[in-house]
Amino acid sequence: MNGIDVREAVTRAHHEEWARVVAALTRRFGDLDIAEEAAGEAFAIAVERWSAEGVPPNPGAWLTTTANRRAIDRIRRENKRDDKHREAQLLYDDDPPGPVGAIDDERLRLIFTCCHPALAMEARVALTLRMVAGLTMPEIARAFLVQESSMGQRITRAKAKIKAARIPYRVPSGEDLPARVSGVLAVLYLVFNEGYLATGPGTDPVRHDLTAEAIRLTRLIRALMPQDGEVAGLLALMLMIEARRTARVSGSGELVTLDEQDRGAWDAALIAEGHQLVRGRLASGVAPGPYQLLAAINAVHTSARDVRDTDWSQVVALYDQLVRLDPSPIIALNRAIAVAELDGPEVALAAVDRLEDKLAGYHAYHATRADLLRRLGHSQKSRAAYDKAIELAGNTAETAYLTRRRDQLR
Amino acid sequence: MQYMVSVIFDGPGLATPEEDAAIDVFNDRLVAEGHWVFAGGLGAPATATVIDNRRGEAMFTDGPFVESKEFLAGFWIIEAADLDVALKLAAEGSKACNRKVEVRPFL
Repeated sequence: MNGIDVREAVTRAHHEEWARVVAALTRRFGDLDIAEEAAGEAFAIAVERWSAEGVPPNPGAWLTTTANRRAIDRIRRENKRDDKHREAQLLYDDDPPGPVGAIDDERLRLIFTCCHPALAMEARVALTLRMVAGLTMPEIARAFLVQESSMGQRITRAKAKIKAARIPYRVPSGEDLPARVSGVLAVLYLVFNEGYLATGPGTDPVRHDLTAEAIRLTRLIRALMPQDGEVAGLLALMLMIEARRTARVSGSGELVTLDEQDRGAWDAALIAEGHQLVRGRLASGVAPGPYQLLAAINAVHTSARDVRDTDWSQVVALYDQLVRLDPSPIIALNRAIAVAELDGPEVALAAVDRLEDKLAGYHAYHATRADLLRRLGHSQKSRAAYDKAIELAGNTAETAYLTRRRDQLR
Repeated sequence: MQYMVSVIFDGPGLATPEEDAAIDVFNDRLVAEGHWVFAGGLGAPATATVIDNRRGEAMFTDGPFVESKEFLAGFWIIEAADLDVALKLAAEGSKACNRKVEVRPFL
C-alpha cells in the first residue's frame, strides 16, 4: 500500500472517527484528558501500522481498540488501576450504559459537555474544536489568532473545571434540552462566523477551514438530532452562506455585496440542500426559531435571479418575526437594510438612526448608514460614515470594499 | 459531591422579610430533597477580624482581609450529583435570596 493512500485513509478516519473514539473513551474512562491523549496516540500508531499491514476493514473499531489499550496502559503506568472506579466517577453520568444507538449518543454527550454553559465561550469553542472536531492545538490557536501556549492553557483549564466541578457527561434531559442545544449551536455559529468574516489584518478574508469545520460539526449534530428544527435551520443557514463564498470576495480581495455578486458562481448544490432543509421545516408546521428564520431569509435571497427579483416584502416579514424572537439591535439593523429595498432608503435611515446608542461601535452600523446616505445623495455625511466604518471594520475584504465606495463619492 | 453556593452581597441593605420568607421555602426544599448540608448568613465585613498565626505569634487585625464592594453575605453547602444539579439549585437560591450567587465544588 503506498504512502499517499494510507495518509488519505488516516485523514478520512480522523474526520469520521475522531469524535467517536474520544467519546467512547471518555465514557469508559471518565476522563477527557486520557481520552484525548489515547485517541491521539491511536491515530499516530495507525499511520505506522496501516502502512505496513494495510488499512483495516473497520478503521473505527481498530482505532477505538488501539486507543482503549493505550488508555489502559497509561492508567496502569500511573498506577491508577485500583483507582479505576474512582476515575470512572470523575465524569458523572447516571444513564445506564449501552442503549440502542449508544455510540452516537456518546458523541452527543461529548458535544454537550464541551459546550457546557458553565465554561467560558472561548473555552467551549476551543474544547469543541479539539475534542469533537479533532483539530490540533496549533490549528485552533492559529484559527483564533492566539498563542499556542495560551490556547493550550485555555483547554487545560476547561478540562480541569469539567473534572473538578463535575460537569456531567450526559445529554441534557427534557426541559433543559432546548436551551442547551441553542448553546451548542451558538458555539458552532461562532466558529462559522469567524471563518466567514475573519477578523485581523494578517488573515485571509474568508477562512474556509473554519466554515467547513463548523458545517461538518453541524451536520454531525443534525445526524444525531434529526428532529431538532433549529439544528436544521442552522445547517441550512450555513450551507446557503457557504454557497456564496467564492462570489463574495473579488479577485483583488475586495468584498462583493449581495447585489453585485455573480449569482452564477454560487454553489447550486449547497443552495439546493439548504432550500430542501428550509422546505422540510416549513412542512413540519412547527413555529420556527431564530436560525430557521435566518435560513428562510437566506432561502429568499438565494431563490432570486438578481437583487431586483428578490421578494423583499417576504424578507421584511421574516425579519419582523425574527425581531419578535430576538429583539437585538443587530437584527433590527439587518431588517432596516431590507426595508430600504421595500420602502426606500429614507425610511430605512430613520430606523437605522434609532439604533445609534446601541450600535455606535459596530462597523456594520456605520457601513449601512454610509450606503443609505449615499443613496439619498448626502455625500458628505456618507463619507463621514464610511470613515467610521473603515476605522472599525476588522475584515480586510470589507475594508477594501468600504474604501472604494468612499472614494467613489462625489 | 458537595458544592458551596456563596451569596454575593452587592446591593442595598439586608434581606427583606419577603426574601427571608423565600429563603425559608428554598431551605425546606433543600432538606426535603436531600440536598441540604449546611447554610448560614454572615455578619457584615466590618465585624470581621483577621488572624495571622503563621509565625506562632497570633496577630489580630480589625476588618475583612480584602475591602470590596462585593462580599460574602452567606452561603449554602449543598449535596448534588453533578454541576447541572448544583447550578439549578443555585439558580433557585439566587432567586430566593435575591442576590448573585457563586457555585464552587469542594475538593
